[in-house]
Amino acid sequence: MSVVRVPPVLREEAGGAREVEASGETVRELLEDLSSRLPQLGERIYDGEQIRPFVNVYVDGEDVRTLGGLDVPVRDDSTVVLLPAMAGGCGR
Amino acid sequence: MPTYRELLREVKARIREADAREAQAMDGAVWIDVRRQEEWEQGHLPGAIHVPRGSLESRIEGVVPDRSTPVVLYCASAERSAFAAKSLGELGYENVVSLAGGFTDWKRNGYDIVLPTTLSPERRTRYSRHLLIPEIGEAGQLKLLESKILLIGAGGLGSPAALYLAAAGIGKLGIVDADIVDETNLQRQVAHSLNTLGTPKVDSAKARIEGLNPDVEVVTYRERLSSENIDRILDDGWEIVVDGTDNFPTRYLLNDACVWRDIPLVYGSIYRFEGQVTVFKPHDGPCYRCLFPEPPPAELAPSCSEGGVLGVLPGIVGTLQTNEALKLAAGCGDPLVGRLLLVDALSGEFDEMHIKRNPNCPVCGDEPSITEYIDYVEFCSR
Repeated sequence: MSVVRVPPVLREEAGGAREVEASGETVRELLEDLSSRLPQLGERIYDGEQIRPFVNVYVDGEDVRTLGGLDVPVRDDSTVVLLPAMAGGCGR
Repeated sequence: MPTYRELLREVKARIREADAREAQAMDGAVWIDVRRQEEWEQGHLPGAIHVPRGSLESRIEGVVPDRSTPVVLYCASAERSAFAAKSLGELGYENVVSLAGGFTDWKRNGYDIVLPTTLSPERRTRYSRHLLIPEIGEAGQLKLLESKILLIGAGGLGSPAALYLAAAGIGKLGIVDADIVDETNLQRQVAHSLNTLGTPKVDSAKARIEGLNPDVEVVTYRERLSSENIDRILDDGWEIVVDGTDNFPTRYLLNDACVWRDIPLVYGSIYRFEGQVTVFKPHDGPCYRCLFPEPPPAELAPSCSEGGVLGVLPGIVGTLQTNEALKLAAGCGDPLVGRLLLVDALSGEFDEMHIKRNPNCPVCGDEPSITEYIDYVEFCSR
């Protein structure tokens, strides 16, 4: 099981959890496992084929897109960070 | 008891003097000006380091750590430098000369001198804690005083940025914001106060900065950044932009403009207890669109005002942004280029993600598909 860190803007979809677990040998398997456990969260980050364009997924600090995409291997002790675009500067 | 003249003669007999030509032939020599501050300010030899006679012994090991390095010492007329050379010899420096005739003869013989721009005594006092840091020092402070930084937003992120940039002595500070100060702002927007409720944020921030540091020229733009005004504003010569906006349309607009104009953009964003900071330095690292090529569709965009934010979080993120802006302006340190810093105030954790340029980036990539401003429809304003 890898730890998946859920950003605050997506926590509602994860039942309020800051971290969830998901398993998979690759990023694809991990996202599919995550989507089956937490469909609402999965829907926001993964369309079933690709990571959504306004979300970045990092495995151990590296963007999976620059590592080679969804087939990048994930280890059991990997930390996966989900990072959607955030706009806030809280001016108002 | 010898007289001063006798003592000087005795010292000069024990040290080496070199004329300008001999001294210039000393390969790899460190040239040290041992005169007083006010003499240095009126001109000095090119490449010389200023270490006043009174602090030479205590500072020399920091300036010249290797005792075999050749050292050329000079003062006005080769008297103080003679005593200084004797002292360095006693400290074990092996190859020390005193410049014969000193600065006076150097200048009289028509060699080059540098007339430095220096800080006034008032500025020396105000910025003394910067001057003590080797990475900033007088040269760094002079760069800060000449720098032109534009702040987008005078809200949560913009408030601490405005105050610390002003305190640091940024020469010219631009502030873009169309809003009015209201009660809900005061929980975190520390540039404003009860006295400025109901007034434009740019005016409120300007008054606060002017009360803090009159060295800073404040230029206000009481308008919302758009494709209509962004070129006019950036034409004012801003060298660094600090992004303290609260919405996607402005972030994309600003990113694209900064890429096209090659202006470093210091990015920060916040939500509840968490924030992000990075520096988008065009072509040296990724831009915002390398990370997120397009804004999310409205139905998937997080709602800003419902989210809320811990009041101190913009303080943390805004000061981290200011740190980046100051490093860029003073030319020191390692800016957060290619590194996205994630701040979690609730757990007290900082994480760093590596972010890379995307060769397919629609703006800074090899074959850009976006070449003019896009006004995205605002969907996440309140």
